[in-house]
Amino acid sequence: MKPSEGYPVKPSPSLKKWMTLALLLALLWLSVRETEASLSELIGGIPEMGKFIAKMFPPDWKYLRVVLKPMIETIQMAILGTTFGAIFALPISFLAASNVTKGWALRTPARFILNLSRTIPDLLFAALFATVFGYGPLAGMLALSFFSFGILSKWAYEAIETIDNGPMEAMTAVGANKLQWIYFGVIPQVLAQFVGFVMYMFEINIRAAAILGIVGAGGIGIYLNRTLGMFRYDQTVVIILFTLVIVLAIDAVSSRIRGKLI
Amino acid sequence: MIEFKQVSKVYPGGTVGLNNIDLKIEAGEFVVIVGLSGAGKSTLLRSINRLHEITSGDIRIDGKSITSAEGRQLRVMRRGIGMIFQSFNLVKRSSVVRNVLAGRVGYHSTLRTMLGLFPKQDMELAFSALQRVNMLEKAYQRADQLSGGQQQRVSIARALAQEAKIILADEPVASLDPLTTRQVMDDLRRINREMGITTIVNLHFVDLAREYATRIIGVRAGEIVFDGPATEATDEVFSAIYGRPVSEDERLGGRNVEAI
Ligand SMILES: Nc1ncnc2c1ncn2[C@@H]1O[C@H](COP(=O)(O)OP(=O)(O)OP(=O)(O)O)[C@@H](O)[C@H]1O
Ligand SMILES: [Mg+2]
Repeated sequence: MKPSEGYPVKPSPSLKKWMTLALLLALLWLSVRETEASLSELIGGIPEMGKFIAKMFPPDWKYLRVVLKPMIETIQMAILGTTFGAIFALPISFLAASNVTKGWALRTPARFILNLSRTIPDLLFAALFATVFGYGPLAGMLALSFFSFGILSKWAYEAIETIDNGPMEAMTAVGANKLQWIYFGVIPQVLAQFVGFVMYMFEINIRAAAILGIVGAGGIGIYLNRTLGMFRYDQTVVIILFTLVIVLAIDAVSSRIRGKLI
Repeated sequence: MIEFKQVSKVYPGGTVGLNNIDLKIEAGEFVVIVGLSGAGKSTLLRSINRLHEITSGDIRIDGKSITSAEGRQLRVMRRGIGMIFQSFNLVKRSSVVRNVLAGRVGYHSTLRTMLGLFPKQDMELAFSALQRVNMLEKAYQRADQLSGGQQQRVSIARALAQEAKIILADEPVASLDPLTTRQVMDDLRRINREMGITTIVNLHFVDLAREYATRIIGVRAGEIVFDGPATEATDEVFSAIYGRPVSEDERLGGRNVEAI
């Protein structure tokens, strides 16, 4: 239906929008094509998978005693990594949020750091720190700190950008300075959400920490790697089950806490 | 005293918000600003505490220019001006008393306020402010557990805790029902009379304006088209301000609403 003369006309979708759509479709098509090739490999691998699983049983339960200490180390890595990541993520997310930091001079570098840290995967961080600080949990802890920082700061800054502008406006009106403005107008609105993010990040980090050892960053991953290398799948399965139990326990506790916060 | 001297505001898009306004509001007045939607009421009100920046002219509060104030100076001037918003603008997850205490931050150092170390007098100020608007017993409830009218009274308490000499209220009752509307307007009037706080309110309802204002200012297309005592603001005057006869939905309804 064409509007009659004098009414504003709906702006037509710009060329940019069409280009974006076309690009997305092309990417989708390409990725479908790529995975199709590996799909046949996947099917071919099924018998191998069966052999692998068969060799897992019976599990070598005595191995639990050996992996208890590295498991504790893994949890410690995750706790410290999450904590340090969170401590640095909060301030930078305020700098990156456009409703808190109005000037681009601070916001642009903050966003740059934030995006950059997210382009580097946790395994690469771990390999990097393992090379610099030697193999061990320190490298894992640092890797998880950087990894958590990247993810937490992005979640936090996106949460901050959606908060209600009203309380912030009210804080401007009462004559608050910038820090008071953030402390009274912004933080109460995002704190519960942020704590939830940190808990969730911890859940992710436990899983990530279990893998990091493969590249030499301490914790349970080293043992995972070792048992796999020695074809001791009966021990591998113990590690996997143990990790699973820990992850489930932490998930249960953390989602309880998160549920209480909202 | 609030003084506008040849104040103009042009929005980035070119819309004229205020057009060469000259205006004087004496201490202790209860001024109601009326006008159609888009007339420039909010722009006028918010330029007083510089929530909106003006393009030219000067606004003086007790002789001091807020237009040229900066940094700490501006914050000190702002803490003397309480603001009431249509959407209350409380932190919903915080307690009532914390919201009221937020009105005190302009008086203390950053560290002190962030550690929550408000002096005893501040607590007393906050509680007496809450008492004034009959909200004392809700002091430790979370703000989101209150009704709209109650939230608005908390936001009035915040302005009182500020020890503001001026209260600006931008459509304070627009999201409230008729009964609560009266309660909030009564609170504002009582505070104006008892404490002598200069009060400037934007309102939509013609009859409310007449009932509560000592002085009515009519705004149209960024200009003041009427300025006089409430008694002179007849229906004809309102028609002139609106550029059309007053319609029924611009009346809240008679005082008998209170009898419900
Ligand atoms: N941020 C803005 N950018 C551009 N134009 C604006 C902005 N804010 C307001 N305006 C315009 O300025 C004029 C006055 O707006 P203002 O908000 O002061 O009106 P109002 O009288 O408060 O209206 P209402 O009763 O709807 O609240 C309007 O034409 C409006 O469209
Ligand atoms: Mg308005």
